[in-house]
Amino acid sequence: MNTPHDSVVWLGVPAFPEAARSALADTRLRANLRKATGTIREKRLAATGELDDWEELRAAGAAIKRRVLRHLDRYLEQLEESVLRAGGTVHWAADAAEANRIVTGLVTATGEREVVKVKSMATQEIGLNEALAAAGISACETDLAELIVQLAGDRPSHILVPAIHRGRAEIRELFRRRMGDRGRPAPHGLSDDPADLAEAARLHLRDKFLRAKVAVSGANFACADTGTIGVVESEGNGRMCLTLPDTLITVMGIEKVLPSFADLEVFLQLLPRSSTGERMNPYTSMWTGPVAGDGPRSFHLVLLDNGRTATLSDPVGRQALACIRCSACLNVCPVYERTGGHAYGSVYPGPIGAVLTPQLMGVGQASSLPFASTLCGACYDACPVKIDIPEVLVHLRAAEVDAGRGVLPKPEALAMKAAAGLLGSPRRLAAAQRAVAMTGRVLARRGSIGRLPGPLARWSATRDTPAPPPESFRAWWRRTHTGTSAAEADR
Amino acid sequence: MSGGRSAMLRRVRAALADVPADERPDDVPVPRTYRRSHAGEDVVGLFADRLADYGAHVSRTSDPATAIAAAVTRRSVGSLIVPDGLPIGWLRPGPWRVLRDDPPLPVAALDGASGVLSTAVAGIAVTGTLVLDAGPGQGRRALTLLPDYHLCVVPAARIVGDVPEVLARLAPDAPLTFVSGPSATSDIELDRVEGVHGPRVLEVIIVDDGKEPPA
Ligand code: SF4
Repeated sequence: MNTPHDSVVWLGVPAFPEAARSALADTRLRANLRKATGTIREKRLAATGELDDWEELRAAGAAIKRRVLRHLDRYLEQLEESVLRAGGTVHWAADAAEANRIVTGLVTATGEREVVKVKSMATQEIGLNEALAAAGISACETDLAELIVQLAGDRPSHILVPAIHRGRAEIRELFRRRMGDRGRPAPHGLSDDPADLAEAARLHLRDKFLRAKVAVSGANFACADTGTIGVVESEGNGRMCLTLPDTLITVMGIEKVLPSFADLEVFLQLLPRSSTGERMNPYTSMWTGPVAGDGPRSFHLVLLDNGRTATLSDPVGRQALACIRCSACLNVCPVYERTGGHAYGSVYPGPIGAVLTPQLMGVGQASSLPFASTLCGACYDACPVKIDIPEVLVHLRAAEVDAGRGVLPKPEALAMKAAAGLLGSPRRLAAAQRAVAMTGRVLARRGSIGRLPGPLARWSATRDTPAPPPESFRAWWRRTHTGTSAAEADR
Repeated sequence: MSGGRSAMLRRVRAALADVPADERPDDVPVPRTYRRSHAGEDVVGLFADRLADYGAHVSRTSDPATAIAAAVTRRSVGSLIVPDGLPIGWLRPGPWRVLRDDPPLPVAALDGASGVLSTAVAGIAVTGTLVLDAGPGQGRRALTLLPDYHLCVVPAARIVGDVPEVLARLAPDAPLTFVSGPSATSDIELDRVEGVHGPRVLEVIIVDDGKEPPA
């Protein structure tokens, strides 16, 4: 099957303004998104409102993450030691290619040709499925939404409900036509009732779970003091993958480490309530190395950098690494609600994607992402670990403006500097963005700018940075989003 | 980019150049002003209510053997997996076949069983959560995963108020599973469907005798 290449940035996807324009024209997508984000938003408010110390929990969560990030080296070493003590193996992967090489090697060593997978953003980020396919290993996604996305040869559009852009009738067609190619076919006479569709997935995947010898998972948390890894889920596919196979390979971004097992008391309250708006998600699995007679006999933890240390090196942008992937910021974002996840062209959509993707990659269409926001601040209020997304957005925008300074003739340099100081003002920001777009294009050589000076140097040292988008997100929004007053767009 | 452990750790340290060399992790304050528990007085009642909210069948009894027999009969369970270490006397003989995991049952047998009877090491009232740690009366994780019906019998004394309290009691070297209601998905148009891969029916019997069950 011709699956598009998954990585942090999807190559070949148009930049945000263009992608958003076509998403806005898709009324089905917009209706689904409105329903989804609205429903989850209400549930989240109810679930968080139930705890009168929600703000204290947020403060604790933010502080624990801050502690971890400021002392990440120490916690990673401690985590490694704990996992080794528990009988696991730890691998260090500098980038996507190295992580893929490690996982492919581990799977190949087992002699297996098929792996089952639990939804994991880290493995999407590195394009693991494609790397495994290239080595003749098929990876089967077992989360229902991921299965839908995989059968469709599609891309996820939401962190939490990745197939939210597909309707039930489409899903039935997909199951009827494609399930048989990958194993047990859909039952005859399958209806489009979600319960029937879920049953079809249950039967299709049950066969695979019972035969699976190797599983690949992500991780929500890893406790440095005990080496305990945690996966939070709803369907039970995670439990299947973590329990039935002989070999378990967990790919985890280095920022997921927590100081101690006891810290889970904060995150197991914050995550389910922020994410699905539940008091607790149906299943949380935690394991500390392999256990004799129960579950996988060998456990491998792959610690992934892939742009995280670069992100860490920016004291302002660093906070984006605190993200626990709850998706609350997506559901409250007025831009996301209208454009959907695909327009961001990244594994990480929405407000968090707008700050994480350009920091992890710093190239490609990601350069338009920090502008894909109205700076309304709803994401910050919703974030369970208090990531100040607007602050990082403004910081990244300013970095782009600053980046131009060193190579600009003097008058333009002054104009840029002035613009950088004005980013707090929406109206003047809009003017500044137009200025950057224009000057950036003047500088562009064959559509790209050479090595950038200053803080952006690390972004562009190895690759050319594309020119700033000709039209800023805000300008595009103003021009194309009918029914929104200029005042609203300028909020 | 050069890989390997030391290169990665070196990059992490280089990225943290702004952190003072003498700063220790504990120097970064973590305010622990949140509550240890959001449960009120009636922890057991809250646990039952919250589990029922998830669509689990919940009952309370002081006579577990009768309640278990009634539940298994009502479900017309043909074969029931019974892990080692369940209190003697909980399961009476009946028209069901008892499957013991000694020697370990093959996955096909687990998949074919109509139900599993287990206890839990703890319950969390506020979140309506059962905690399994693969200890006595629970068995390895697969036992409570593959059958479609999970009957979990919890002594009231094991139910705590909230998440912080339960974590303080658990030993992380055992594999832990937190179960909060039956498996569920909302992946298709956000319609909630109960029962995807885990047991589709979760039934909980709370044993109100104020004592730990005899092992
Ligand atoms: S940035 Fe905050 S709100 Fe957004 S997904 Fe991450 S943790 Fe959740």
